[in-house]
Amino acid sequence: MSTVATPAPVPRKRRRRTKLQRRQTRLGWLLLVPALAVVACVAIYPLGKTVYQSFTNQEFLAGLTPTKWVGLDNYRTLWHDTIFRDTVVLTIKFTAITVSFEFVLGLIVALVVNSSFKGRGVMRAVMLVPWAIPTVVAAKMWQWMLDDHTYGVINDLGVRTHILSHPHAWLAQTSTQLASVSAVDIWKTTPFVALLLLAGLQVIPNDLYEAASVDGASKLQQFWRITLPLLRPAILVTLIFRTLDALRVFDVFQVFFGYRLNAQTMAVYTQSTTVNDGHVGYGAAMSVAIFLIISLFVVIYVTFMRVTEE
Amino acid sequence: MKHRRLLVLAGVVGAVALVAFLSVAAAGSKKATHAQAAAIPAPRVPHAAAIRKKYGGQKITFVGDSVGNGHVRDTKLAKRFSKDTGIKVSVVPHPAASDQSYAQLARAFSSKSSSIDVAMIDVVWPGAFAPYLVNLKPKLGKQAKLHLGSIVANDTIKGKLVAMPWFGDYGILYYRTDLLKKYGYSAPPKTWADLFKMAKKIQDGERKDNPNFAGFVFQGNAYEGLTCNALEWIASAGGGHIIDNGKVTIDNAKARTILDAMRVQIGKVTPQGVTTYQEDQTEHAFDNGDAAFARNWPYQYGIGAGAGSKVKGKFNVTVLPHGSTGGSVGTVGGWQLAVSKFSKHKAAAIEFVRYMTSPAVEKFDAITNSNVPTIVSVAKNKAVVKANPYLKPAIASVPRVTRPAKFLGTKYNEASKVVYQGINQILTGSPASQVLPQIKSKLQQIMK
Repeated sequence: MSTVATPAPVPRKRRRRTKLQRRQTRLGWLLLVPALAVVACVAIYPLGKTVYQSFTNQEFLAGLTPTKWVGLDNYRTLWHDTIFRDTVVLTIKFTAITVSFEFVLGLIVALVVNSSFKGRGVMRAVMLVPWAIPTVVAAKMWQWMLDDHTYGVINDLGVRTHILSHPHAWLAQTSTQLASVSAVDIWKTTPFVALLLLAGLQVIPNDLYEAASVDGASKLQQFWRITLPLLRPAILVTLIFRTLDALRVFDVFQVFFGYRLNAQTMAVYTQSTTVNDGHVGYGAAMSVAIFLIISLFVVIYVTFMRVTEE
Repeated sequence: MKHRRLLVLAGVVGAVALVAFLSVAAAGSKKATHAQAAAIPAPRVPHAAAIRKKYGGQKITFVGDSVGNGHVRDTKLAKRFSKDTGIKVSVVPHPAASDQSYAQLARAFSSKSSSIDVAMIDVVWPGAFAPYLVNLKPKLGKQAKLHLGSIVANDTIKGKLVAMPWFGDYGILYYRTDLLKKYGYSAPPKTWADLFKMAKKIQDGERKDNPNFAGFVFQGNAYEGLTCNALEWIASAGGGHIIDNGKVTIDNAKARTILDAMRVQIGKVTPQGVTTYQEDQTEHAFDNGDAAFARNWPYQYGIGAGAGSKVKGKFNVTVLPHGSTGGSVGTVGGWQLAVSKFSKHKAAAIEFVRYMTSPAVEKFDAITNSNVPTIVSVAKNKAVVKANPYLKPAIASVPRVTRPAKFLGTKYNEASKVVYQGINQILTGSPASQVLPQIKSKLQQIMK
């Protein structure tokens, strides 16, 4: 390589890096280029294009109305869009409910399958089944199970065991729809949370617990003083993953409720605005708004975790 | 270590098996309703040899039906066509909800995709899709003259025939003849109030043996089908047609009355979950013997009269009821076949459309699948009327109401969403006086 032949640059005040260091830095960048190119293609370009579109009045069936630059018009409309506001509230509610349940249940499951007992390997594999079913398939399945009329196994069992006095239309009643859809998501995603937390649990060295036992710490104290603090990085990753996922939830809601007005998430509303109504520009503005909302959550998480770490 | 790996393997295999079982169980719980369509062979393709000579060996993709027996029929006809002409047709069923299906086509057209050659399009779409469709007039203009003039006019945009009528549709009332007799009724209901009364009485009686029984089912989900249902309710009560003469008319006293009357019946004479029903759930409930009355399109007749139906020979059809101040109506539905401008085999695709919209195929479809023929002579054919009692003049001549597509063009879908979302909100509990003004103002904004 030509780098070898280049003479050393004029010495500067700050600590000079050695030739080897520079060469390695250059090689590092070189090796990063393919990855950066991929990121640019699949993440930065689409994101940039979406941001650009959000400032235009682009329509889906293009060629019918020429696309024009409209400045902040879409964002102004969005600010006053009460439906969008409702979808944000609903999505955040859904996120709060599902992520907290999934975290607690997932932690319990992870602790259980982390302890040693007979059949642990099987248990670890079996617990992943709900996660392995495609969401749309799972949603359709649950839709039938929750039906109040022809199929509903849940109503059937409930009525037979006298827990329910009569069949409920879980998905049709506004009072139970959020709970139903959350339950399905929790059922499906708890295994994933458990898996991530389990990975975190396995890197905690066993001798810490042994030492704690010798010192006379109870199991509960061990959990609060050892397990939880050392699990923090895994918890952070898990919560970020789940929150992000929950905030852009689409499939369960779309299968369960279609475009029902009081049961749309941000993603469902964006999809229907872009594809059904054909307002690509306005839909792009919504996508950018969702992106900002989600980033906000990430920032909160990261700073919160960093502060508590100090 | 080895032991554990084995256990993990066993677990994974078990998990996969469980997933497979669940999906098979989910698929298996859908009733097999294919029995009837299999009985009659698909008609031969006329002048097949000439077509084979020109286009044999080409491949086209047809985005076709998915409701009821539609996909079975499409596959059968496509197979026949391929066998006779050597043009390979792959049949892809479209999403069952028509607004989803619209989105799929819009996506393909806006990206100039050549992956679709022939598509079935709803009666309200020709205006929106016209720029992306081939003018069929030069090649199929003669055949179009056989079809109902009003539908051909609907499919002609700026002098171009952008789609061929395939089958028509209008909403009708299905009722259980055996149950009407059992509870002392000699005739189906004339008004919505009658229907609710009868449905209540029959439901109260039947629930003793069948806790799943409901008086009345229809399409109440927030999707295009609800716009069709709501239009029938409102128009049959003298409340206009959502938009009349370019003005939004949905917010009126008659519309409010009928919509509120529907709202209070949800969960009383209908299942609570009817607000999530589309066509398939309606059909399942009725054909499973779990409903006294159902509103649906004619296609349900063939399934109900076919093997595997629990109500075979126990039901009949009639016009939909009307409000205290209106007359019975049926919303015009129906499907057309169109050829994409981006198709690489336009000529072969047009030959396929020619076959699919020919009198022989429409007769086949009407008898095996109980779809409404758009060819006048087929609709009057004795064998066809015998198989499809809704084609009897008393039912077929009911006034048809059309969705306001012509006032909206490309904005139809957006406007229809406003309508069905609002109506669904009423059905799930909001009073009409609160929702209709919102629908009105949104529609006015869209039409601006």
